[in-house]
Amino acid sequence: MAYSEKVVDHYENPRNVGSFEKGDESVGTGMVGAPACGDVMKLQIKVNPVTGVIEDARFKTYGCGSAIASSSLVTEWVKGKTLDEAASIKNSAIAEELALPPVKIHCSILAEDAIKAAVNDYKQKHGAAAEVTAAH
Amino acid sequence: METPHFPIYMDYSATNPCDPRVVDAMIPWLREHFGNPASRSHAWGWEAEAAVEKARGQIADLIGADPREIVWTSGATESNNLALKGAAHFYKSKGKHLITVKTEHKAVLDTMRELERQGFEVSYLDVQADGLLDIEVLKAAIRPDTILVSVMFVNNEIGVIQDIAEIGTLCREKGIIFHVDAAQATGRVDIDLATLPVDLMSLTSHKTYGPKGIGALYVRRKPRVRLEAQMHGGGHERGMRSGTLPTHQCVGMGEAYRIAKAEMHEENKRIRALHERMLNGLKDVEEVFLNGHADKRVPHNLNMSFNFVEGESLIMGIKGLAVSSGSACTSASLEPSYVLRALGRSDELAHSSLRMTIGRWSTEEEIDYAVGTIKENVAKLRELSPLWEMFKDGVDLSTIQWAAH
Repeated sequence: MAYSEKVVDHYENPRNVGSFEKGDESVGTGMVGAPACGDVMKLQIKVNPVTGVIEDARFKTYGCGSAIASSSLVTEWVKGKTLDEAASIKNSAIAEELALPPVKIHCSILAEDAIKAAVNDYKQKHGAAAEVTAAH
Repeated sequence: METPHFPIYMDYSATNPCDPRVVDAMIPWLREHFGNPASRSHAWGWEAEAAVEKARGQIADLIGADPREIVWTSGATESNNLALKGAAHFYKSKGKHLITVKTEHKAVLDTMRELERQGFEVSYLDVQADGLLDIEVLKAAIRPDTILVSVMFVNNEIGVIQDIAEIGTLCREKGIIFHVDAAQATGRVDIDLATLPVDLMSLTSHKTYGPKGIGALYVRRKPRVRLEAQMHGGGHERGMRSGTLPTHQCVGMGEAYRIAKAEMHEENKRIRALHERMLNGLKDVEEVFLNGHADKRVPHNLNMSFNFVEGESLIMGIKGLAVSSGSACTSASLEPSYVLRALGRSDELAHSSLRMTIGRWSTEEEIDYAVGTIKENVAKLRELSPLWEMFKDGVDLSTIQWAAH
């Protein structure tokens, strides 16, 4: 199976790889997937407590090239967005941007879920009321 | 690391390149010598028949059989179908129970599923953690109405060699037909059917440096094994498999098997040295696991799991190598390799496997390149892996409640 150029680019040069310092209150962490399914994504967002804007993001992913590319891409996309804006990113947009084939759509769904999980984690830490419901 | 223009071929268990000597032997039978080997009325047919029979002798010669025990087929998949369906249908009045192993090739497993749909009962036996069948497990599975046992010689994914002599002896004692899929075995292990108690053996050409599209089924004459034909027509191959024989293909397989017989012992020494070079290069990587028994395996196969690295992403990284993953991720399925699961490997390890298979044209330089690029990419992907990070933090992954997806 041939990968799209964008998938290859994110795989070869993944953006924002890593983890934030443990215990940082301004960080929300989302971990989705399972080793049994061959995909685990960890996405972290660093939020400005005053403006509520995501200022930085990090990821680590165990999974195929498309899963790595999907999570790398969303670390770029969430930066500069508010929590609600980030949580509204749709998997279809990720799949379209990376030209994922049908068998790899689940990678984009996982990336969307990872954002929602990270946003929820941040909101829970800070006692925010409305939870973002995962679409899946 | 520099990546060569075309990936280094390390997928010899998928198929082999044709030996140039094989190609040379085939060409005349595609050009001027086009006769139908079944044409009995003129010289075109006679010479084609002679070529096919010479090749049949070369097949028999490699496995210690009589040429009259060789039935040409299109390959091991057809041989497996003919052996299993043919024997099950012929002997169904004796019983309806069949036995095979969970790590068999799909050509056996799927044929067994079809026989179940036809009313037969099939037991799929577990293997041990090293991939080998425990003879006691087989003994316990045999019933009074068991008519056939099918066990592969060399496993295509992990390369382990089953104890065919021991299994065959048991089947012979119990009066059960014993079928062996030897697609991965010819030219790799010694086979002598004069002494090995096997009734039916599936053979293929393209895993032994011959052309694709041709194979054979060994059908024992003494004691005689009967089959019901699955392909009907002109009654070729003593009625067991109709269809005009492809002379050039038969000649190619014959030449490939002749070369295998003449050269396999020298060749396997060389391949064993390459195997050890690769194993020594990779075995000290942290959290690496060899899949399959360490010694009871063909040296052509090295199947390893690099824990916390997903196999498909690793293959994407080592793009200078043509290898395959035990993981079936590429085929829309999220299921990891059923062979590795049958060994009791965890999901992570089953998803993290790499099958490297070497052969006639593999070199030391290629092995060294492979070791280097695999190490480099495993390290890179572990930096990306949240599982590796958790492992390094001392988290026991088996205690985590993963969200089902």
